[in-house]
Amino acid sequence: MASVSPLQLSVFRGDAEGGEMVTYSVPVREGMVVLDAVLWAQANLAPDLAVRWNCKAAKCGSCAAEVNGFPRLLCKSPVADYGEEISVRPMAAFPVVRDLVTDVSWNYEVNQRIAPFTPSEADRDDPRAWRMQQVDVERAIEFRKCIECFLCQDVCHVLRNHGRKDAYFGPRFMVRMASLEMHPKDSLDRRPQLKGEAGVGYCNITKCCQEVCPEHIHITDNAIIPLKERMADEYFDPVRSLLRRLGGR
Amino acid sequence: MESYETVDTAVLVLGAGGAGLRAAIAAAESGARVTVVCKSLLGKAHTVMAEGGMAAALGNVAGQDSWEAHFADTMKGGKLLNDWRMAEIHAREAPERVLELERWGAVFDRTHEGLIHQRPFGAHTYPRLAHIGDRTGLELIRTLQDRLVHQAGIEVHMEVTVASLFAQDGRIAGALAYRRADGGLVLYRARAVLLATGGAGRVYRVTSNSWECTGDGTALAYRAGAELRDCEMVQFHPTGMVWPAGVRGILVTEGVRGEGGLLRNKDGERFMERYDPDRMELSSRDIVARAINSEVLAGRGSPHGGAYLDISHRKPDYIKRKLPSMYEQFLKLAKVDITKDPMEVAPTIHYYMGGVRVDPETGASSVAGLFAAGEVTGGLHGANRLGGNSLTDLLVFGKRAGEAAAEYSREHSRPARISKAEVGEAVESLVGPLGRPHGENPYRLQAELQDVCSRHAPIIRSESGLLEGLQQVLELRERARSAGTGGPTGRAFNPGWHTAQDLGQMLVNAEALFRSALKRKESRGAHARSDYPNPDPALANVNFVVREVEGAMSVRALVREQLPDALLAVINRSFEKYTPEEKE
Amino acid sequence: MQTVPSAGPKLARVPVRNPYSALPNWLYPALVAVTLTAFALYSAWVVFGNSGGRFGPYLSPFYSPEITLRLGGFLVPPALWVAWAPLAFRATCYYYRKAYFRSFFWHPRSCAVPEPRSHGSNYRGETGFWALNNLHRFALYAITVQMAFLWFDALAQFYYQGAFRVGLGSLLMIVNVVCLSGYTFGCHALRHLAGGRSDCFSCSRVRFRLWKGVTVLNVRHDRWAWVSLFTVLGTDLYIRLLVLGVLPHAPWA
Repeated sequence: MASVSPLQLSVFRGDAEGGEMVTYSVPVREGMVVLDAVLWAQANLAPDLAVRWNCKAAKCGSCAAEVNGFPRLLCKSPVADYGEEISVRPMAAFPVVRDLVTDVSWNYEVNQRIAPFTPSEADRDDPRAWRMQQVDVERAIEFRKCIECFLCQDVCHVLRNHGRKDAYFGPRFMVRMASLEMHPKDSLDRRPQLKGEAGVGYCNITKCCQEVCPEHIHITDNAIIPLKERMADEYFDPVRSLLRRLGGR
Repeated sequence: MESYETVDTAVLVLGAGGAGLRAAIAAAESGARVTVVCKSLLGKAHTVMAEGGMAAALGNVAGQDSWEAHFADTMKGGKLLNDWRMAEIHAREAPERVLELERWGAVFDRTHEGLIHQRPFGAHTYPRLAHIGDRTGLELIRTLQDRLVHQAGIEVHMEVTVASLFAQDGRIAGALAYRRADGGLVLYRARAVLLATGGAGRVYRVTSNSWECTGDGTALAYRAGAELRDCEMVQFHPTGMVWPAGVRGILVTEGVRGEGGLLRNKDGERFMERYDPDRMELSSRDIVARAINSEVLAGRGSPHGGAYLDISHRKPDYIKRKLPSMYEQFLKLAKVDITKDPMEVAPTIHYYMGGVRVDPETGASSVAGLFAAGEVTGGLHGANRLGGNSLTDLLVFGKRAGEAAAEYSREHSRPARISKAEVGEAVESLVGPLGRPHGENPYRLQAELQDVCSRHAPIIRSESGLLEGLQQVLELRERARSAGTGGPTGRAFNPGWHTAQDLGQMLVNAEALFRSALKRKESRGAHARSDYPNPDPALANVNFVVREVEGAMSVRALVREQLPDALLAVINRSFEKYTPEEKE
Repeated sequence: MQTVPSAGPKLARVPVRNPYSALPNWLYPALVAVTLTAFALYSAWVVFGNSGGRFGPYLSPFYSPEITLRLGGFLVPPALWVAWAPLAFRATCYYYRKAYFRSFFWHPRSCAVPEPRSHGSNYRGETGFWALNNLHRFALYAITVQMAFLWFDALAQFYYQGAFRVGLGSLLMIVNVVCLSGYTFGCHALRHLAGGRSDCFSCSRVRFRLWKGVTVLNVRHDRWAWVSLFTVLGTDLYIRLLVLGVLPHAPWA
């Protein structure tokens, strides 16, 4: 291959106490992604450089970090898109464990607070009830593409800048709740939780989550906004609630 | 001595892929207290890489499908080297497991009638693969994961790696592990241990497997005294990405061929015509992989040493809907628009047919209280796995093994003793590399091992190559004893140290691979040899079993139990051919 | 359960490059802020500085429908009866929420960039005052009524003084009402009401078709929002210049 000047890869090295950016010189191969560069540095220059990764094919969502300050999957960021200098940092919305590895356990705690898929008693034991048309499952299918990389959680300013993990579940779990709420066979009413502890009201539709999603899920347009509208049906629509009361429901 | 934390549990499940999660759910439903230990975060297991679908004879697309047809396909695909009872159980129970998944919230693509859609796949007589676009594994994992986190009685320890198992008088007793985050050691005392750790694809250089697939389960079981089988049977998936170099090995789903993708060589010829004119592109994986290999060797390969896989004759919308992640993967990583241009593909390591030898009904290994399910086991797939059979394997045998492990833990309410001395020894060897900052670089050793396996146990093997390979593996094993961390010796999330650990497990797998491959002096299924190019009838009902005898690896030939006549008749039955209606 | 905001390492403030966009990250908020401010000032002048927007058959969208009402001898600015509805609709619109939260409030100015220190952790999103945005559908109801008037005016102007005629104004009015419709009927709230609120699309073909239709417009809601803003501006400006005699116009025959 024609000689290409090596990549200057600066990586955050440190832990919750603090750290510094360390620069590694990495030879460039055609088609190389940032994760390749990080792993090359790990194998050859910094054996203890901590980074999470698994599939290296953008299917598992392990290698979320910030490339030149922007939330990205390292395995899906071609080096060629960036030029000769790249900086890689851990996700800013979560506490650092070490180097590029962050403590994302909060997300798992949130997931536990969302009631699981619950079909109605009648449907559960009736095989005929499980005939579903493609158009009815399509919305849930979009949401279920989520690979839980948590880039949306990282970029969401409610969590990232305001630290309101106490008030808002974050875009990932709006998508999760939408996949349940819009599943044709889920029987639970999730609106009280949405308005309450899930805090859908904290989202102000600035759409950064949708911008960073590597699976191109329309997080805001297809999940959060429809959820806000469903919540509005219940809590912000006096006309509807009057009609409901008149209708005896 | 090093301090460690002790955790008591009834059933310890190693691995949180499809098999581990399904087993944990089953064990907890049976009333056992379960601890799941996994090397990565929950939901990141290698199962998410499964794309095409899960095979089950639901008969939604082809009404004439039946468990018998599925069973016959599985057995024939495995060149009858399979454990027939496992294949029977799998074919019978797979539909139920798939439907159950749907009741738990999984969302599959639908037929016009609103049933679960099924796509055709290599060597399956009928369209049989329930799927969601090309990310079926993710759907399976997410469904089980969400089910699991709401199931009482299960605790999940993420990013914890088990380094060794303890057995006392032939009965399992527990495991020693370390937490990746802070390097703390944990001793698990368990009444039953269930391995669901997947395969060892990482021993090869060009692989579709993630870093996790280092064959931990097979190595742990082997050291604990369990038997392994069919270790020579390693599946090359015919279609992995070839170019650019950085993405070499990444899987291209068989779904592409299932949806009508055509294979061509550089002259534009559909070469499968010469290898399997009946099934063409949808032949079994061993045949397609060898066909591509032969084309490349004959000088008819693509520029980067592969073949062309072309789906661009289907409508762009159809491709994007049915193969969304393939579309994305090629566009992003190779700058190829698969709706317009062909993909360049070549074989990549994909699956370990071999593994822990288990009882087909319960997943029990030859060590009491040690169970296994999923890719870590051997038997179901024989000499070659059919696409789509692995996902239902996880569900069917995950459930069975989970229930059996729970049952065992109930019957043996007192855990076996673990001797202090043994723990001390295990701890010593675990933290060893941390005391050797100047020891051999584990990354280099791992890379060398991958080179040895790739070079000496390729698609077509030979006696001299295998002997050479074995020799080199044994040398690497010696060098690995003095492996360090590559430099820094911190405990907290030190991948150098982790790699040194994984290396030990990989070496056991590699050794078993070479030793078994040397014994099988024939070509059958995934195991092809240039010096014995044909199947040997004398080996048709022989499996090679690996076991540790007095500290050394021994391989013995095991003559398989004869297939009952009823099942033999099923295999020989001629199933009605399926002709699809043309519709998009 | 963790309720404490995460305290990551103190990272130096770094220049953030959004790989999805070659433009600098201040450009969007700056453009939005300038444009919306300018439009607001212009609208205020139209509403409070003018008493009409009719020129022959042409009618400025600010005056559709035309209502002339005197209270205590004073003429209520006729545009006032009209302007509140689009103001409410656009102020609560899911697209404009992104635009103004980013541009005027810097919540956030751009993705992954730090917010001003003054923002702190008392952020309440749309749970406090801004919960009013949840009433978007009522603004939609109002604007839908208005759309009927706009369509009537846009079509009625072709027939003037007993004859059919087409002029630049006709064209502007038609383009304007088409763009406003594209914006209005791609509304997220309408998408919900038309069918999105149901979990079963296959249960009603009509509902599914409606939802699909709104979705087609909704995908480009932001573009419609901007384009229709400018067509309103352009239509009004043209008619206003005619009214003020700045632009010459042949007498209506």
